[in-house]
Amino acid sequence: MANMPQDVGKEAIQTKGWIGAHKWLILRRISQLGILAAFVAGPWFGLWIVKGNLASSLTLDTLPLTDPHILLQAMISGVTPETTAIVGAIIVLVFYALVGGRVYCSWVCPVNMVTDAAAWLRRKLGIRGSSHASRSTRYWVLALTLILPLITGGIVWELVNPVSIMFRGIVFSMGLAWVLILAIFLFDLLVSRDGWCGHYCPVGAFYSLLSNRAVVRVAATNREACDDCMDCFNVCPEPQVIKPALKGAPKGIGPVIVANQCTNCGRCIDVCAVNVFQFGNRYSNQSSSGLHSAKAYSKHTV
Amino acid sequence: MAKSDKGKKSVSRRQFLTTTLKTACSVGIMGVGLGFYTQRANALPPLAIRPPGALPEEDFLGACIRCGLCARDCPFDILFLGQLGDDIPAGSPYFIARTGPCEMCEDIPCVAACPTNALDHSLTDIEKSRMGLAVVVDQENCIAFQGLRCEVCFNVCPIRGKAITLDMQHNVRSGKHALFIPVVHSDACTGCGLCEKACILEKAAIKVFPTDLAKGELGHHYRFGWKEKEKAGKALVTPDVKHQYNLPAGVRYDLQGKGLIIDSKIDESLPDSPFSTNPLDTLNRKPEDK
Repeated sequence: MANMPQDVGKEAIQTKGWIGAHKWLILRRISQLGILAAFVAGPWFGLWIVKGNLASSLTLDTLPLTDPHILLQAMISGVTPETTAIVGAIIVLVFYALVGGRVYCSWVCPVNMVTDAAAWLRRKLGIRGSSHASRSTRYWVLALTLILPLITGGIVWELVNPVSIMFRGIVFSMGLAWVLILAIFLFDLLVSRDGWCGHYCPVGAFYSLLSNRAVVRVAATNREACDDCMDCFNVCPEPQVIKPALKGAPKGIGPVIVANQCTNCGRCIDVCAVNVFQFGNRYSNQSSSGLHSAKAYSKHTV
Repeated sequence: MAKSDKGKKSVSRRQFLTTTLKTACSVGIMGVGLGFYTQRANALPPLAIRPPGALPEEDFLGACIRCGLCARDCPFDILFLGQLGDDIPAGSPYFIARTGPCEMCEDIPCVAACPTNALDHSLTDIEKSRMGLAVVVDQENCIAFQGLRCEVCFNVCPIRGKAITLDMQHNVRSGKHALFIPVVHSDACTGCGLCEKACILEKAAIKVFPTDLAKGELGHHYRFGWKEKEKAGKALVTPDVKHQYNLPAGVRYDLQGKGLIIDSKIDESLPDSPFSTNPLDTLNRKPEDK
Protein backbone atom coordinates (compact mmCIF):
# COMPACT_ATOMS: atom_id res chain seq x y z
CA MET A 1 0.00 0.00 0.00
CA ALA A 2 1.65 3.19 -1.17
CA ASN A 3 1.76 6.13 1.20
CA MET A 4 1.13 9.72 0.21
CA PRO A 5 4.25 11.89 -0.14
CA GLN A 6 3.13 14.11 2.74
CA ASP A 7 3.06 11.07 5.03
CA VAL A 8 6.72 10.18 4.48
CA GLY A 9 8.19 8.68 7.62
CA LYS A 10 4.97 8.47 9.63
CA GLU A 11 5.12 4.72 9.87
CA ALA A 12 8.81 4.84 10.66
CA ILE A 13 8.15 7.28 13.51
CA GLN A 14 5.55 4.90 14.87
CA THR A 15 7.84 1.91 14.81
CA LYS A 16 11.22 3.52 15.51
CA GLY A 17 10.34 6.75 17.32
CA TRP A 18 11.08 10.27 16.06
CA ILE A 19 14.79 10.08 16.74
CA GLY A 20 15.06 6.67 15.10
CA ALA A 21 13.22 7.93 12.03
CA HIS A 22 15.50 10.99 11.74
CA LYS A 23 18.84 9.58 12.85
CA TRP A 24 20.78 10.16 9.65
CA LEU A 25 19.04 13.45 8.98
CA ILE A 26 20.08 14.72 12.41
CA LEU A 27 23.64 13.50 11.89
CA ARG A 28 23.77 15.22 8.50
CA ARG A 29 22.51 18.49 9.92
CA ILE A 30 25.09 18.24 12.70
CA SER A 31 27.74 17.67 10.04
CA GLN A 32 26.59 20.55 7.82
CA LEU A 33 26.12 23.01 10.66
CA GLY A 34 29.26 21.81 12.41
CA ILE A 35 31.33 22.53 9.30
CA LEU A 36 29.76 25.97 9.05
CA ALA A 37 30.40 26.53 12.76
CA ALA A 38 34.05 25.60 12.38
CA PHE A 39 34.38 28.22 9.64
CA VAL A 40 32.50 31.01 11.43
CA ALA A 41 34.04 30.41 14.88
CA GLY A 42 37.04 32.44 13.71
CA PRO A 43 35.35 35.56 12.40
CA TRP A 44 32.57 35.51 15.00
CA PHE A 45 34.36 34.42 18.17
CA GLY A 46 38.04 34.69 17.30
CA LEU A 47 38.39 30.93 17.55
CA TRP A 48 40.32 30.02 14.41
CA ILE A 49 39.60 26.39 13.63
CA VAL A 50 39.25 26.67 9.88
CA LYS A 51 40.14 29.60 7.66
CA GLY A 52 38.85 30.23 4.15
CA ASN A 53 35.77 28.57 2.71
CA LEU A 54 34.75 25.47 0.78
CA ALA A 55 36.80 26.59 -2.25
CA SER A 56 39.99 26.31 -0.25
CA SER A 57 40.61 26.19 3.46
CA LEU A 58 43.27 25.68 6.05
CA THR A 59 42.31 23.73 9.17
CA LEU A 60 44.23 24.45 12.37
CA ASP A 61 46.92 26.09 10.22
CA THR A 62 48.03 22.68 8.93
CA LEU A 63 45.46 20.76 6.90
CA PRO A 64 44.80 22.25 3.46
CA LEU A 65 41.57 21.30 1.69
CA THR A 66 40.74 22.50 -1.80
CA ASP A 67 37.66 21.96 -3.92
CA PRO A 68 38.91 19.94 -6.90
CA HIS A 69 36.15 21.23 -9.19
CA ILE A 70 37.07 24.87 -8.62
CA LEU A 71 40.80 24.15 -8.77
CA LEU A 72 40.26 22.31 -12.04
CA GLN A 73 38.52 25.37 -13.48
CA ALA A 74 41.41 27.56 -12.35
CA MET A 75 43.93 25.19 -13.94
CA ILE A 76 41.95 25.12 -17.18
CA SER A 77 42.10 28.90 -17.26
CA GLY A 78 45.88 28.54 -17.13
CA VAL A 79 46.95 28.68 -13.49
CA THR A 80 49.77 26.77 -11.83
CA PRO A 81 48.54 26.34 -8.25
CA GLU A 82 50.70 26.19 -5.16
CA THR A 83 51.53 22.75 -3.78
CA THR A 84 49.18 23.27 -0.83
CA ALA A 85 46.24 23.64 -3.19
CA ILE A 86 47.15 20.46 -5.08
CA VAL A 87 47.66 18.50 -1.86
CA GLY A 88 44.35 19.86 -0.56
CA ALA A 89 42.53 18.82 -3.71
CA ILE A 90 44.05 15.32 -3.63
CA ILE A 91 42.97 14.83 0.00
CA VAL A 92 39.44 15.85 -0.95
CA LEU A 93 39.42 13.62 -4.04
CA VAL A 94 40.61 10.55 -2.14
CA PHE A 95 38.18 11.14 0.73
CA TYR A 96 35.13 11.44 -1.48
CA ALA A 97 36.24 8.62 -3.76
CA LEU A 98 36.05 6.38 -0.69
CA VAL A 99 32.95 7.63 1.10
CA GLY A 100 30.98 8.56 -2.03
CA GLY A 101 31.36 11.80 -3.92
CA ARG A 102 27.94 13.14 -3.26
CA VAL A 103 28.48 12.84 0.45
CA TYR A 104 29.65 16.37 -0.23
CA CYS A 105 26.10 17.22 -1.28
CA SER A 106 24.26 15.72 1.64
CA TRP A 107 26.76 16.10 4.47
CA VAL A 108 28.65 19.32 3.64
CA CYS A 109 26.89 21.54 1.12
CA PRO A 110 24.84 24.32 2.75
CA VAL A 111 22.44 24.52 -0.21
CA ASN A 112 21.29 21.00 0.66
CA MET A 113 19.54 22.37 3.74
CA VAL A 114 17.65 24.82 1.52
CA THR A 115 16.64 22.27 -1.08
CA ASP A 116 15.76 19.69 1.58
CA ALA A 117 13.49 22.28 3.18
CA ALA A 118 11.91 22.99 -0.20
CA ALA A 119 11.40 19.28 -0.82
CA TRP A 120 9.86 18.85 2.65
CA LEU A 121 7.45 21.75 2.12
CA ARG A 122 6.65 20.48 -1.36
CA ARG A 123 5.61 17.14 0.11
CA LYS A 124 3.63 18.72 2.94
CA LEU A 125 1.77 21.09 0.62
CA GLY A 126 1.17 18.27 -1.81
CA ILE A 127 2.66 20.19 -4.70
CA ARG A 128 2.88 17.80 -7.60
CA GLY A 129 3.81 18.66 -11.14
CA SER A 130 7.37 19.25 -12.06
CA SER A 131 9.31 20.52 -15.05
CA HIS A 132 10.77 17.74 -17.10
CA ALA A 133 14.43 18.59 -17.41
CA SER A 134 16.69 15.60 -17.73
CA ARG A 135 18.69 14.63 -14.67
CA SER A 136 21.71 14.45 -16.93
CA THR A 137 21.48 18.21 -17.55
CA ARG A 138 23.94 18.68 -14.70
CA TYR A 139 26.66 16.87 -16.63
CA TRP A 140 26.17 19.30 -19.50
CA VAL A 141 26.39 22.16 -17.05
CA LEU A 142 29.51 20.56 -15.60
CA ALA A 143 31.05 20.46 -19.06
CA LEU A 144 30.06 24.10 -19.48
CA THR A 145 31.83 25.09 -16.27
CA LEU A 146 34.99 23.48 -17.59
CA ILE A 147 34.75 24.96 -21.09
CA LEU A 148 33.99 28.54 -20.07
CA PRO A 149 37.35 29.05 -18.29
CA LEU A 150 39.03 27.96 -21.50
CA ILE A 151 37.11 30.51 -23.57
CA THR A 152 36.98 33.44 -21.17
CA GLY A 153 40.10 32.80 -19.12
CA GLY A 154 38.11 33.29 -15.93
CA ILE A 155 36.45 30.99 -13.40
CA VAL A 156 33.00 31.87 -14.66
CA TRP A 157 30.99 29.40 -12.61
CA GLU A 158 32.18 30.87 -9.34
CA LEU A 159 30.38 34.11 -10.19
CA VAL A 160 27.05 32.33 -9.89
CA ASN A 161 27.75 29.08 -8.03
CA PRO A 162 25.05 28.97 -5.31
CA VAL A 163 27.10 26.56 -3.21
CA SER A 164 30.08 28.86 -2.79
CA ILE A 165 27.97 32.02 -2.78
CA MET A 166 25.82 30.74 0.08
CA PHE A 167 28.74 29.39 2.08
CA ARG A 168 30.76 32.58 1.54
CA GLY A 169 27.66 34.58 2.38
CA ILE A 170 27.51 32.96 5.80
CA VAL A 171 31.23 32.83 6.52
CA PHE A 172 32.21 36.21 5.04
CA SER A 173 29.38 38.56 4.11
CA MET A 174 25.92 37.90 2.76
CA GLY A 175 25.24 40.79 0.37
CA LEU A 176 22.43 39.78 -1.96
CA ALA A 177 23.35 36.09 -1.72
CA TRP A 178 20.05 35.44 0.08
CA VAL A 179 18.19 36.34 -3.11
CA LEU A 180 19.90 33.49 -4.93
CA ILE A 181 19.21 31.12 -2.03
CA LEU A 182 15.55 32.13 -1.98
CA ALA A 183 15.37 31.68 -5.75
CA ILE A 184 16.65 28.12 -5.45
CA PHE A 185 14.21 27.41 -2.62
CA LEU A 186 11.27 28.66 -4.67
CA PHE A 187 12.47 26.86 -7.79
CA ASP A 188 12.65 23.56 -5.92
CA LEU A 189 9.35 24.22 -4.18
CA LEU A 190 7.24 25.37 -7.08
CA VAL A 191 8.92 24.55 -10.37
CA SER A 192 10.83 21.34 -10.14
CA ARG A 193 11.11 18.59 -7.55
CA ASP A 194 14.78 18.26 -6.50
CA GLY A 195 15.29 20.84 -9.23
CA TRP A 196 18.64 22.36 -8.42
CA CYS A 197 20.55 19.54 -6.74
CA GLY A 198 18.99 16.77 -8.79
CA HIS A 199 19.11 18.31 -12.25
CA TYR A 200 21.40 21.30 -12.68
CA CYS A 201 24.11 21.61 -10.05
CA PRO A 202 27.48 20.91 -11.72
CA VAL A 203 29.19 20.67 -8.33
CA GLY A 204 27.06 17.66 -7.46
CA ALA A 205 27.64 16.31 -10.96
CA PHE A 206 31.39 16.60 -10.45
CA TYR A 207 31.29 14.86 -7.10
CA SER A 208 29.00 12.14 -8.43
CA LEU A 209 31.76 11.21 -10.87
CA LEU A 210 33.98 10.51 -7.86
CA SER A 211 31.42 7.99 -6.62
CA ASN A 212 31.95 5.39 -9.31
CA ARG A 213 34.22 3.32 -7.10
CA ALA A 214 33.05 4.60 -3.71
CA VAL A 215 33.21 2.05 -0.91
CA VAL A 216 30.53 3.41 1.41
CA ARG A 217 27.11 2.77 -0.11
CA VAL A 218 23.54 2.34 1.03
CA ALA A 219 22.24 -1.19 0.54
CA ALA A 220 18.69 -2.54 0.51
CA THR A 221 19.97 -5.49 2.48
CA ASN A 222 16.58 -6.43 3.89
CA ARG A 223 14.68 -5.89 0.67
CA GLU A 224 12.40 -8.92 1.07
CA ALA A 225 10.70 -7.00 3.89
CA CYS A 226 9.72 -4.12 1.59
CA ASP A 227 5.99 -3.44 1.80
CA ASP A 228 5.93 -1.01 -1.13
CA CYS A 229 4.98 1.98 1.01
CA MET A 230 6.96 4.22 -1.37
CA ASP A 231 8.31 6.36 1.47
CA CYS A 232 11.92 5.93 0.32
CA PHE A 233 11.04 6.96 -3.23
CA ASN A 234 9.12 9.96 -1.93
CA VAL A 235 11.90 11.17 0.33
CA CYS A 236 14.89 10.36 -1.88
CA PRO A 237 16.36 13.32 -3.81
CA GLU A 238 17.54 10.89 -6.51
CA PRO A 239 14.77 8.24 -6.47
CA GLN A 240 15.96 6.64 -9.70
CA VAL A 241 18.90 5.12 -7.82
CA ILE A 242 16.75 3.07 -5.46
CA LYS A 243 14.78 0.92 -7.86
CA PRO A 244 17.54 -1.38 -9.13
CA ALA A 245 18.78 -2.09 -5.63
CA LEU A 246 15.37 -2.52 -4.05
CA LYS A 247 13.50 -4.29 -6.83
CA GLY A 248 16.34 -5.95 -8.73
CA ALA A 249 16.29 -9.28 -6.88
CA PRO A 250 14.55 -11.22 -9.67
CA LYS A 251 17.18 -10.00 -12.15
CA GLY A 252 20.04 -10.67 -9.78
CA ILE A 253 20.75 -6.97 -9.27
CA GLY A 254 21.60 -5.26 -5.98
CA PRO A 255 21.05 -4.95 -3.14
CA VAL A 256 23.70 -2.22 -3.01
CA ILE A 257 22.82 1.17 -4.47
CA VAL A 258 25.75 1.60 -6.83
CA ALA A 259 24.46 4.54 -8.86
CA ASN A 260 26.86 7.43 -8.45
CA GLN A 261 24.04 9.94 -8.04
CA CYS A 262 23.13 8.51 -4.62
CA THR A 263 24.19 11.10 -2.06
CA ASN A 264 24.53 8.67 0.85
CA CYS A 265 22.15 10.88 2.80
CA GLY A 266 20.56 7.92 4.53
CA ARG A 267 17.03 9.31 4.46
CA CYS A 268 15.77 6.04 2.95
CA ILE A 269 17.21 4.25 5.99
CA ASP A 270 15.42 6.72 8.29
CA VAL A 271 11.98 6.64 6.71
CA CYS A 272 11.72 2.89 6.20
CA ALA A 273 9.50 1.42 8.88
CA VAL A 274 10.65 -2.12 8.11
CA ASN A 275 14.40 -1.37 8.05
CA VAL A 276 15.09 -2.43 4.49
CA PHE A 277 18.12 -0.15 4.09
CA GLN A 278 21.40 0.18 5.88
CA PHE A 279 24.83 1.61 5.20
CA GLY A 280 27.20 -0.98 3.80
CA ASN A 281 29.94 -1.25 1.23
CA ARG A 282 29.73 -1.70 -2.49
CA TYR A 283 31.29 -5.18 -2.35
CA SER A 284 28.30 -6.77 -0.65
CA ASN A 285 26.38 -7.03 -3.92
CA GLN A 286 25.23 -10.46 -5.02
CA SER A 287 27.88 -10.89 -7.69
CA SER A 288 30.17 -8.85 -9.83
CA SER A 289 27.92 -9.49 -12.78
CA GLY A 290 25.05 -8.27 -10.63
CA LEU A 291 26.96 -5.07 -9.98
CA HIS A 292 27.55 -4.70 -13.64
CA SER A 293 23.95 -5.14 -14.61
CA ALA A 294 22.84 -2.86 -11.79
CA LYS A 295 24.87 -0.16 -13.44
CA ALA A 296 23.17 -0.81 -16.72
CA TYR A 297 19.82 -0.81 -14.96
CA SER A 298 20.35 2.48 -13.17
CA LYS A 299 21.65 4.03 -16.35
CA HIS A 300 18.51 2.91 -18.10
CA THR A 301 16.23 4.46 -15.52
CA VAL A 302 18.01 7.82 -15.34
CA MET B 1 7.90 -9.72 -30.82
CA ALA B 2 11.34 -8.93 -32.13
CA LYS B 3 9.82 -6.38 -34.46
CA SER B 4 7.93 -4.54 -31.74
CA ASP B 5 11.10 -4.57 -29.62
CA LYS B 6 12.93 -2.92 -32.46
CA GLY B 7 10.22 -0.28 -32.85
CA LYS B 8 10.35 0.47 -29.14
CA LYS B 9 14.07 0.81 -29.27
CA SER B 10 14.04 3.36 -32.11
CA VAL B 11 11.46 5.45 -30.27
CA SER B 12 13.61 5.51 -27.15
CA ARG B 13 16.61 6.40 -29.28
CA ARG B 14 14.68 9.24 -30.84
CA GLN B 15 13.59 10.34 -27.38
CA PHE B 16 17.15 10.10 -26.20
CA LEU B 17 18.40 12.23 -29.07
CA THR B 18 15.67 14.86 -28.60
CA THR B 19 16.30 15.10 -24.87
CA THR B 20 20.03 15.29 -25.39
CA LEU B 21 19.69 17.94 -28.05
CA LYS B 22 17.24 19.95 -25.93
CA THR B 23 19.51 19.77 -22.92
CA ALA B 24 22.60 20.62 -24.92
CA CYS B 25 20.86 23.63 -26.48
CA SER B 26 19.51 25.01 -23.22
CA VAL B 27 22.84 24.54 -21.48
CA GLY B 28 24.52 26.18 -24.47
CA ILE B 29 22.21 29.19 -24.20
CA MET B 30 22.94 29.30 -20.49
CA GLY B 31 26.65 29.30 -21.35
CA VAL B 32 26.29 32.24 -23.70
CA GLY B 33 24.30 34.10 -21.04
CA LEU B 34 26.92 33.32 -18.44
CA GLY B 35 29.64 34.49 -20.79
CA PHE B 36 27.98 37.87 -21.27
CA TYR B 37 27.20 38.15 -17.56
CA THR B 38 30.86 37.45 -16.84
CA GLN B 39 32.01 40.27 -19.08
CA ARG B 40 29.76 42.68 -17.19
CA ALA B 41 30.37 41.22 -13.77
CA ASN B 42 34.13 41.22 -14.19
CA ALA B 43 34.41 45.00 -14.55
CA LEU B 44 36.17 46.15 -11.41
CA PRO B 45 35.27 49.62 -10.11
CA PRO B 46 38.38 51.83 -9.94
CA LEU B 47 38.23 52.34 -6.18
CA ALA B 48 38.47 48.60 -5.48
CA ILE B 49 42.16 47.74 -5.33
CA ARG B 50 43.44 44.17 -5.52
CA PRO B 51 45.81 42.87 -2.80
CA PRO B 52 49.57 42.96 -3.34
CA GLY B 53 50.97 40.57 -5.92
CA ALA B 54 47.61 40.22 -7.71
CA LEU B 55 48.05 39.08 -11.29
CA PRO B 56 46.79 41.40 -14.04
CA GLU B 57 43.00 41.52 -13.68
CA GLU B 58 42.19 39.11 -16.53
CA ASP B 59 44.60 36.46 -15.27
CA PHE B 60 43.56 37.12 -11.71
CA LEU B 61 39.95 36.19 -12.42
CA GLY B 62 41.09 32.87 -13.82
CA ALA B 63 43.40 32.17 -10.92
CA CYS B 64 41.49 33.38 -7.86
CA ILE B 65 39.28 30.59 -6.50
CA ARG B 66 37.53 33.02 -4.12
CA CYS B 67 38.55 31.17 -0.95
CA GLY B 68 39.14 34.30 1.10
CA LEU B 69 42.30 32.97 2.74
CA CYS B 70 44.11 36.23 1.88
CA ALA B 71 41.40 38.20 3.67
CA ARG B 72 41.65 35.92 6.68
CA ASP B 73 45.41 36.25 6.93
CA CYS B 74 45.49 40.03 6.56
CA PRO B 75 46.46 41.26 10.04
CA PHE B 76 44.76 44.61 9.42
CA ASP B 77 41.51 43.10 8.09
CA ILE B 78 41.43 45.44 5.13
CA LEU B 79 40.51 42.83 2.54
CA PHE B 80 36.89 42.22 1.61
CA LEU B 81 35.35 39.69 -0.75
CA GLY B 82 32.98 40.88 -3.46
CA GLN B 83 29.38 40.15 -2.52
CA LEU B 84 26.55 39.26 -4.79
CA GLY B 85 25.03 42.60 -5.74
CA ASP B 86 28.35 44.48 -5.57
CA ASP B 87 30.06 45.65 -8.74
CA ILE B 88 32.99 43.46 -7.77
CA PRO B 89 33.31 39.91 -9.13
CA ALA B 90 31.68 37.70 -6.48
CA GLY B 91 34.09 36.45 -3.87
CA SER B 92 37.19 38.16 -5.21
CA PRO B 93 39.32 40.11 -2.70
CA TYR B 94 39.78 43.88 -2.74
CA PHE B 95 40.43 46.80 -0.45
CA ILE B 96 39.28 50.41 -0.45
CA ALA B 97 42.26 52.69 0.13
CA ARG B 98 40.35 55.58 1.68
CA THR B 99 38.88 53.43 4.45
CA GLY B 100 41.45 50.69 4.79
CA PRO B 101 44.73 50.95 2.89
CA CYS B 102 47.34 48.19 2.61
CA GLU B 103 49.76 48.52 5.49
CA MET B 104 52.56 46.90 3.48
CA CYS B 105 53.51 44.02 5.82
CA GLU B 106 57.07 42.92 5.16
CA ASP B 107 56.15 39.21 5.18
CA ILE B 108 53.12 39.78 2.89
CA PRO B 109 50.84 37.22 4.65
CA CYS B 110 48.04 37.62 2.10
CA VAL B 111 50.31 36.43 -0.70
CA ALA B 112 51.63 33.56 1.41
CA ALA B 113 48.04 32.44 2.09
CA CYS B 114 47.00 32.31 -1.57
CA PRO B 115 46.73 28.68 -2.68
CA THR B 116 46.64 29.37 -6.41
CA ASN B 117 49.21 32.06 -7.14
CA ALA B 118 46.45 34.52 -7.99
CA LEU B 119 48.55 36.58 -5.62
CA ASP B 120 51.94 35.91 -7.15
CA HIS B 121 54.24 34.09 -4.72
CA SER B 122 57.29 35.43 -6.55
CA LEU B 123 56.57 38.75 -4.86
CA THR B 124 58.82 38.75 -1.81
CA ASP B 125 59.57 42.44 -1.43
CA ILE B 126 56.42 44.40 -0.65
CA GLU B 127 58.03 47.55 -2.05
CA LYS B 128 58.05 45.84 -5.45
CA SER B 129 54.28 45.31 -5.39
CA ARG B 130 52.14 47.40 -7.71
CA MET B 131 48.58 47.35 -6.41
CA GLY B 132 47.78 50.55 -8.22
CA LEU B 133 49.18 54.03 -8.59
CA ALA B 134 48.51 57.09 -6.45
CA VAL B 135 47.48 60.13 -8.44
CA VAL B 136 47.08 63.71 -7.21
CA VAL B 137 43.73 63.95 -8.95
CA ASP B 138 42.39 67.21 -7.57
CA GLN B 139 44.88 70.05 -7.88
CA GLU B 140 42.12 72.59 -7.24
CA ASN B 141 41.40 71.32 -3.75
CA CYS B 142 44.78 69.94 -2.68
CA ILE B 143 45.89 72.66 -0.27
CA ALA B 144 49.52 72.28 -1.27
CA PHE B 145 48.56 73.94 -4.54
CA GLN B 146 47.19 76.88 -2.55
CA GLY B 147 50.58 77.39 -1.00
CA LEU B 148 49.67 75.84 2.34
CA ARG B 149 52.03 73.48 4.07
CA CYS B 150 50.40 70.05 4.29
CA GLU B 151 52.72 67.32 3.03
CA VAL B 152 50.74 64.66 4.89
CA CYS B 153 50.75 62.30 1.90
CA PHE B 154 54.49 62.83 1.53
CA ASN B 155 55.07 62.04 5.19
CA VAL B 156 52.87 58.92 5.51
CA CYS B 157 54.23 57.34 2.36
CA PRO B 158 56.00 54.10 3.34
CA ILE B 159 58.53 54.71 0.60
CA ARG B 160 59.01 58.26 1.76
CA GLY B 161 60.89 60.55 -0.52
CA LYS B 162 60.79 58.13 -3.45
CA ALA B 163 57.16 57.35 -4.25
CA ILE B 164 56.04 60.88 -3.41
CA THR B 165 58.41 63.83 -3.61
CA LEU B 166 57.76 67.51 -2.97
CA ASP B 167 58.41 69.75 -5.90
CA MET B 168 59.20 73.33 -4.86
CA GLN B 169 57.59 75.93 -7.09
CA HIS B 170 57.16 79.69 -6.97
CA ASN B 171 53.93 80.91 -5.40
CA VAL B 172 52.67 83.36 -8.00
CA ARG B 173 49.77 84.52 -5.82
CA SER B 174 51.86 85.88 -2.98
CA GLY B 175 54.90 86.50 -5.10
CA LYS B 176 57.28 85.69 -2.30
CA HIS B 177 56.37 82.19 -1.03
CA ALA B 178 56.91 78.67 -2.23
CA LEU B 179 54.50 75.86 -3.16
CA PHE B 180 55.45 72.34 -2.10
CA ILE B 181 53.69 70.25 -4.68
CA PRO B 182 53.34 66.48 -4.06
CA VAL B 183 54.49 64.49 -7.09
CA VAL B 184 53.95 60.71 -7.34
CA HIS B 185 56.58 58.58 -9.05
CA SER B 186 55.32 55.39 -10.65
CA ASP B 187 58.71 53.69 -10.40
CA ALA B 188 58.39 53.59 -6.61
CA CYS B 189 54.67 53.89 -5.76
CA THR B 190 53.13 50.54 -4.70
CA GLY B 191 49.55 51.81 -4.67
CA CYS B 192 49.13 50.91 -1.00
CA GLY B 193 46.78 53.84 -0.51
CA LEU B 194 48.19 55.12 2.80
CA CYS B 195 48.37 58.58 1.22
CA GLU B 196 44.73 58.45 0.15
CA LYS B 197 43.73 57.35 3.65
CA ALA B 198 45.76 60.16 5.22
CA CYS B 199 44.69 62.99 2.89
CA ILE B 200 43.24 65.68 5.15
CA LEU B 201 40.48 66.77 2.78
CA GLU B 202 36.84 65.70 3.14
CA LYS B 203 37.38 63.73 -0.03
CA ALA B 204 40.94 62.74 -0.83
CA ALA B 205 42.74 64.82 -3.45
CA ILE B 206 45.25 61.99 -3.89
CA LYS B 207 43.69 58.69 -4.89
CA VAL B 208 44.95 55.25 -5.80
CA PHE B 209 43.77 54.04 -9.18
CA PRO B 210 44.43 50.77 -10.99
CA THR B 211 47.73 51.31 -12.76
CA ASP B 212 46.38 51.01 -16.29
CA LEU B 213 43.75 53.63 -15.49
CA ALA B 214 46.25 56.00 -13.91
CA LYS B 215 49.03 55.78 -16.47
CA GLY B 216 49.18 57.33 -19.90
CA GLU B 217 51.18 55.78 -22.69
CA LEU B 218 53.44 57.58 -25.12
CA GLY B 219 52.98 56.91 -28.83
CA HIS B 220 55.33 54.05 -29.68
CA HIS B 221 56.86 55.99 -32.58
CA TYR B 222 57.63 58.96 -30.36
CA ARG B 223 61.28 59.90 -29.72
CA PHE B 224 62.69 62.56 -27.47
CA GLY B 225 65.53 64.33 -29.27
CA TRP B 226 67.69 64.86 -26.24
CA LYS B 227 67.43 61.26 -25.13
CA GLU B 228 68.30 60.02 -28.60
CA LYS B 229 71.22 62.45 -28.65
CA GLU B 230 72.45 61.11 -25.34
CA LYS B 231 72.13 57.54 -26.57
CA ALA B 232 73.99 58.27 -29.80
CA GLY B 233 76.58 60.43 -28.04
CA LYS B 234 76.27 63.16 -30.67
CA ALA B 235 73.75 65.37 -32.34
CA LEU B 236 71.62 63.44 -34.79
CA VAL B 237 70.71 66.47 -36.91
CA THR B 238 72.96 69.02 -38.65
CA PRO B 239 74.04 71.55 -36.04
CA ASP B 240 72.49 75.02 -36.35
CA VAL B 241 74.42 77.66 -38.25
CA LYS B 242 75.65 80.27 -35.85
CA HIS B 243 73.20 83.13 -35.79
CA GLN B 244 74.39 86.54 -36.98
CA TYR B 245 72.80 89.71 -35.63
CA ASN B 246 73.25 93.23 -36.82
CA LEU B 247 73.65 94.99 -33.50
CA PRO B 248 75.33 98.21 -32.39
CA ALA B 249 78.86 97.90 -31.20
CA GLY B 250 79.08 96.68 -27.64
CA VAL B 251 75.73 94.86 -27.78
CA ARG B 252 75.47 91.11 -28.19
CA TYR B 253 72.65 88.59 -28.29
CA ASP B 254 72.83 85.18 -26.64
CA LEU B 255 70.11 83.09 -28.28
CA GLN B 256 69.77 80.22 -25.81
CA GLY B 257 70.97 82.01 -22.73
CA LYS B 258 70.93 85.48 -21.38
CA GLY B 259 69.30 87.21 -24.33
CA LEU B 260 70.39 90.81 -25.03
CA ILE B 261 73.72 91.68 -23.45
CA ILE B 262 75.02 95.23 -23.29
CA ASP B 263 78.67 95.24 -22.53
CA SER B 264 79.35 97.59 -19.63
CA LYS B 265 82.52 98.85 -21.26
CA ILE B 266 80.85 100.95 -23.93
CA ASP B 267 83.21 103.75 -24.81
CA GLU B 268 81.37 106.85 -23.64
CA SER B 269 83.62 109.32 -25.42
CA LEU B 270 83.11 108.16 -28.96
CA PRO B 271 83.57 111.39 -30.95
CA ASP B 272 81.17 110.73 -33.81
CA SER B 273 78.17 110.02 -31.63
CA PRO B 274 75.44 112.63 -32.06
CA PHE B 275 74.23 112.04 -28.55
CA SER B 276 75.75 112.62 -25.22
CA THR B 277 75.52 109.81 -22.72
CA ASN B 278 74.01 112.30 -20.31
CA PRO B 279 70.33 112.85 -21.38
CA LEU B 280 70.38 116.37 -19.78
CA ASP B 281 72.91 117.51 -22.35
CA THR B 282 70.42 116.79 -25.09
CA LEU B 283 67.57 118.50 -23.25
CA ASN B 284 69.68 121.61 -22.52
CA ARG B 285 70.84 122.09 -26.07
CA LYS B 286 70.28 125.55 -27.50
CA PRO B 287 68.52 125.91 -30.85
CA GLU B 288 71.63 127.19 -32.62
CA ASP B 289 73.41 124.02 -31.67
CA LYS B 290 71.06 121.99 -33.86
